[in-house]
Amino acid sequence: MIRFENVGLRYGLGPEVLRDVSFHIGSGSFQFVTGPSGAGKTSLLRLLFLSLRPTRGSVRIFDRDAATVPRTVIPAMRRRIGLVFQDFRLLDHLTTFENVALPLRVAGADESSYRNDVKELLEWVGLGDKMWVHPPVLSGGEKQRSAIARALITKPEVLLADEPTGNVDPPLARRLLRLFVELNRLGTSVIIATHDLALMEQYDARRLVLNNGQVEIYD
Amino acid sequence: MTAGAGARAAPPGSINPIVPPRSVARRTLLTLVAIMSFLACLSVAAVAIVADRAESWQRQIADEVTIQIKPTEGMDVEATVARAVDIATLFPGVASATAIAQSESTALLEPWLGSGLEIAELPIPRLIAVRIAPDVDLGALAARLRQEVPTASLDDHGQWLQRLSAMARVMTLVGLVVLGLVFAATALCVVFATRGAMAGNRNVIEVLHFVGAEDSYVAREFQRHFLLLGLKGAGIGGGIAVALFLGLTFLGRLEGATPQEAQLRSLFGGVAVGVNGYVGAAVTVLALAVIIAVTARVTVRRTLREID
Repeated sequence: MIRFENVGLRYGLGPEVLRDVSFHIGSGSFQFVTGPSGAGKTSLLRLLFLSLRPTRGSVRIFDRDAATVPRTVIPAMRRRIGLVFQDFRLLDHLTTFENVALPLRVAGADESSYRNDVKELLEWVGLGDKMWVHPPVLSGGEKQRSAIARALITKPEVLLADEPTGNVDPPLARRLLRLFVELNRLGTSVIIATHDLALMEQYDARRLVLNNGQVEIYD
Repeated sequence: MTAGAGARAAPPGSINPIVPPRSVARRTLLTLVAIMSFLACLSVAAVAIVADRAESWQRQIADEVTIQIKPTEGMDVEATVARAVDIATLFPGVASATAIAQSESTALLEPWLGSGLEIAELPIPRLIAVRIAPDVDLGALAARLRQEVPTASLDDHGQWLQRLSAMARVMTLVGLVVLGLVFAATALCVVFATRGAMAGNRNVIEVLHFVGAEDSYVAREFQRHFLLLGLKGAGIGGGIAVALFLGLTFLGRLEGATPQEAQLRSLFGGVAVGVNGYVGAAVTVLALAVIIAVTARVTVRRTLREID
């Protein structure tokens, strides 16, 4: 599904932030990406999400070479990947319902065709009563669940989550992890970038540990 | 609904636009578009008025020629005029020939020479107004007159026609250049406004890209926003211009009290905007809205490529 081979990445003429990174993300797999701050986690996620191209090596996503994939094809590939940000990236002028429905709306779907799916998903993440409010009145946990629901609404093949528990308390972090595990059981490959050792200890999964731009894999 | 408006118990009646309406310098741009639309409609109306008047003048002048008889020593002016009127009346294609009476000629000259002079003593040419059909042979009429009345000359107003046509063409050209400049200035303002709106909505654009929106979708959202704004602004400017046209037409219908006003009215027919002016204003409003929307779309797509 996703394969990195000897991938190197540098910004401009600066030093390499990723060096000789090689790994494979299989269909239906679950992994944590971890490492100290500045180790290259965010850069790795950006490569996975096609918002950066590698300086060297090969990144293949859905059997396409990320270095040469045409710009016009990228949106369709991104629709197969769900993305959850640490800072949520919800649009404040849209309601929770509209934020979650955004990926379907930009894909051209009619509101009547997805209304029930969005409502069901919001009930599933425990936001059934917050459907018509705007993000500024949601708590941190509610925003995070909205962001996760937005990433899941298109039933993506891969879910990338950047510090999804960074802004929530431990009980909610456990609840969100259960959500990701449940999603993985339904067939989605899950990649969670996190510093949170306690979170990783709760679920026995593959770990990709980044250190000084290089990756070590613990299966 | 603005950001931070709070909880809502019931589902919204309509879907919020993806580009927040208040995020664009809306009022400023709306005012600017309204002013541009007003100016564009004025120049279109000016062109329409000039074109209408020029056509009317040309039609009137082309329907009529003038025979001028210069008085000479010992000439029986009245008999010569009567002879020339007979020749013209009997000529094929001439509808009528009417000698302008001495008193009318005197009245025409009075504003320049004053009423105290004894005008009858001056060698003033006598005029005969001849109404003609379009296919009349003016060359043959002139030759016949030269033969029978040597002091008569025929004026077909060709010089006037040429000058009027040239003036009308120049005025139309000037009006179109002004219109083009207004459109160009509006487009440039929209480029700046679009770039500003995109900078202000960078987070929205990023999120749209992350959820798989294509550039065309993002461009369409901004284009819709600017099309609505353009239609509203251009409609306001065009509406004010149309109100002005109606006011001018109403004022033009009021009878003037002085002879100068009557003369101006006979020349210009009152400053009334015809159907062409109103149609032109409507087309201008639509054209301006389309220019604004297309400019916004092109700018968004170009800026997205730059961001990438």
